Amino acid sequence: MDTATPAVTVALHDGTRVVAESGQVDARRHGELLLPAVDRVLAEAGVKLDAVTEVVVGVGPGPYTGLRVGLVTAATFGSALSVPVHGICTLDALAYAAGQAGVAGPFAVATDARRKEVYWARYEDPLTRTGEPAVDRPADIAEQLAGLPVAGAGAVLYPEAFPDARGPEHVAAGAMASLAAGRLAAGEALLPPQPLYLRRPDAQVPKNYKVVTPK
Amino acid sequence: MADEPLVLGIETSCDETGVGIVRGTTLLADAVASSVDTHARFGGVVPEIASRAHLEAMVPTIERALKEAGVTGRDLDGISVTAGPGLAGALLVGVSAAKAYAYALNKPLYGVNHLASHICVDQLEHGPLPEPTMALLVSGGHSSLLLAPDITNDVRPLGATIDDAAGEAFDKIARVLQLGFPGGPVIDRLAREGDPKAIAFPRGLSGSRDPAYDFSFSGLKTSVARWIEAKRAAGEEVPVRDVAASFQEAVVDVLTRKAVRACKDEGVDHLMIGGGVAANSRLRALAQERCERAGIRLRVPRPGLCTDNGAMVAALGAEMVARNRPASDLELSADSSLPVTETHVPGAGHSHTHDHVHEISKDNLYS
Ligand SMILES: [Zn+2]
Repeated sequence: MDTATPAVTVALHDGTRVVAESGQVDARRHGELLLPAVDRVLAEAGVKLDAVTEVVVGVGPGPYTGLRVGLVTAATFGSALSVPVHGICTLDALAYAAGQAGVAGPFAVATDARRKEVYWARYEDPLTRTGEPAVDRPADIAEQLAGLPVAGAGAVLYPEAFPDARGPEHVAAGAMASLAAGRLAAGEALLPPQPLYLRRPDAQVPKNYKVVTPK
Repeated sequence: MADEPLVLGIETSCDETGVGIVRGTTLLADAVASSVDTHARFGGVVPEIASRAHLEAMVPTIERALKEAGVTGRDLDGISVTAGPGLAGALLVGVSAAKAYAYALNKPLYGVNHLASHICVDQLEHGPLPEPTMALLVSGGHSSLLLAPDITNDVRPLGATIDDAAGEAFDKIARVLQLGFPGGPVIDRLAREGDPKAIAFPRGLSGSRDPAYDFSFSGLKTSVARWIEAKRAAGEEVPVRDVAASFQEAVVDVLTRKAVRACKDEGVDHLMIGGGVAANSRLRALAQERCERAGIRLRVPRPGLCTDNGAMVAALGAEMVARNRPASDLELSADSSLPVTETHVPGAGHSHTHDHVHEISKDNLYS
């Protein structure tokens, strides 16, 4: 499951293929949509939650409030069912989905980080990220990504910086699950299920005590 | 359902990640992880820092509570969680965890009101709440006078602060006196060595034409600050203990006077005081004195149960189960401004738009 972008997406993978998948785009309702989506996906597959042997969750980067919904839900499932919980970088899942959609060769992915910034990373191919995910203003990275296709809503939002913007716009849990299942089968370690915030919290230090007596 | 339901409650409305487990009115576990130290240097709770801390602490705190209570998730009769009011991002972490836990274990979920939980927690200390109970809730986030004929579905607001919460006033005055955050405990301690009558600070909204049960602490706060500045401007030393005692007296005088008056007006013979400020020793003493004089039984839980915690949420959840109140559904959302009259957030029930998902839910788990 992933809630790091405006999409609330859940999929069930049986080790070979995606059995059922749900994706809804609603940036303000992650909290309400996620559990019903889990329920729908399981019902469609005719499987109960306690049959699930591994939980994989997108760790972002993504706007925090929504991101945490997926992470805490996954962690709680893991604890309640005594199954392992793994993290996948949301941008990696988007890159994998871009590969499924036909993007090949070097490219980048970008998601909306709000505040006129994007979360982004560069890929050698859909399975190989080069460098760490970052958050930047589109104009500041346009030059280094010039000539590269850029997949994701972050690219589509800023066509001036990213003239070769591509779909898919949002991450899909099916792609994430396929990527994770492949890595687990290959014995590769996934990430811990901890958030990639990439920004420090906005900590408004209250202004120094204001003098109320007129001077 | 069992008379003594076993319920796990989750509270994340502010800066404490609380998970409590109760059996009926018996407290089995009360695990709390607080991010208050992280907030201290900012002089107040920073919402994003609180939300991040909740995410980190959530599952470990659930597991600690279960271990402490010596039960497993499968033994539970229900899961309850603070649905509001509180900080939106913070609430969302707890609500999401509660939904996931309830879903994974196929247990009923109860989204409950934070303020009603503050009242209900007293059942863990003094047994079943008398009906009706008058409640005075005072903390950094709330100052309310509530009449509770039935804590699971009938809580009526009589009055509330029109500006600052009482606890906020403590924090602000502590800041003016450079005593750090949170301000309540340190002012309480210093006030014990000061003279509460040294300075006559104003009693907000205490005139004959003012609303009988509402509170105002903003004018008091300004008045105290002004008094301190005048001292400083004159180059005189500020008598910190006397200021603390006189300020605290002004706050607790108004709180207790109005609470006792509400009891008399409504013919209620029990007053419950909860919330973080209920830990204040002078508030307890003065309330005791005035209640005794008025023939009212005072119920104040121990300080650890007055501050935000999971036990209070579990206590109200257990009452919901015991009284067969309708459970919440999987769409339960955090509501940062949930009105106090909504003691819990029942599911949409028989509405057709939602039924679809719920029917699936029921067959989908261990059935
Ligand atoms: Zn509270």
